[in-house]
Amino acid sequence: MSATAHTPAAAPTTVIRKLPPVAETALASMVLVIIGTIYLAANIANDPSLTIPVALDVAAIVVLLAAAVVTSRIEDFAWRIFFVVARWALLGYLVIAGMIELVFILDDTPAKQLATLTTGLVVFVLAVTLILAFSVARYQPPD
Amino acid sequence: MTELAQRPAPAMPHGQGPSLPRPPATIVPIQGIPIVGAVVIFLVIALVSNSLWALGFSHVVGGALWTGVDLFVGFVVGPIMGRMSIPARVEFSARFMPVMLLLMPTLVTMTLAPGWQLARHLGYLDAGYPYHGWLVASYIVVGVMATIAIGVLEPANLAVLFELRKPVPNGELIAKLMQRFVYTAGITGAMQVATLIIMTYIARH
Repeated sequence: MSATAHTPAAAPTTVIRKLPPVAETALASMVLVIIGTIYLAANIANDPSLTIPVALDVAAIVVLLAAAVVTSRIEDFAWRIFFVVARWALLGYLVIAGMIELVFILDDTPAKQLATLTTGLVVFVLAVTLILAFSVARYQPPD
Repeated sequence: MTELAQRPAPAMPHGQGPSLPRPPATIVPIQGIPIVGAVVIFLVIALVSNSLWALGFSHVVGGALWTGVDLFVGFVVGPIMGRMSIPARVEFSARFMPVMLLLMPTLVTMTLAPGWQLARHLGYLDAGYPYHGWLVASYIVVGVMATIAIGVLEPANLAVLFELRKPVPNGELIAKLMQRFVYTAGITGAMQVATLIIMTYIARH
């Protein structure tokens, strides 16, 4: 890590770094889940094939894991802020996902469709959490 | 990746930093949480009781507010913000963005969860429903809005709020992030016009 510009007169509190595209990758994972969910929701009354939504869920998990691994390998990062934001984002979006999951359960959604939708919701919540936490922490001074 | 540039706020005079308006220490306005809690409780009761009135109330009120706020922010507040000076934008954002952080997810949940259940009960999810295509179009619109709002708009909001808490905020970064906010708010506002067309068309039939 080397400082390329530093004005001693002012506190160096803002960090502009070239970082891997974690937010974009997590967003791609979220988009895959959204496409799968829209496909399933559009056909839910007709006992649709789960091939496409499951394939999209699996792809979303792989992409999200890649984003998580890349994030974990970033050196000199504002991990404290990252986890503060992640904790609250996770809590907030778990409440939202919980409401949607409740609707699926109350509506007697068939088990396989429910499992697919639940997987999508979990990926969605984790992707949002990663996007928000990373987007804030990237501009913070490293711990 | 290892190169680090540490910069003071270039767009704001150094002396201005500490006197700038700051978001509350908790970022999310604590006084709004009981209201959100009450909404969530009402929503759970509506969902569990299957009351068509309660589901319809939540969906219509949440949807109307969501659409209204998006249109207002996208087409009224956004362009005005775009023409403000950086310090004025910062002052406005320090008060406005924390509220949006709490308000928008609540309105979205109020709209989507009971909307799905209503559609299920009223048979709108069946492929045989004559306006099923319109409903699917609304899913797509919501999906696009969610992607833009959660992937671009909300992270920019949060990053601005955390930047404003620093002793010397980076004005250039704040301006860049707020520009992103202004553009994406305009896009979600435009998407809400599509929502209005779809929902009024379905309601008319």
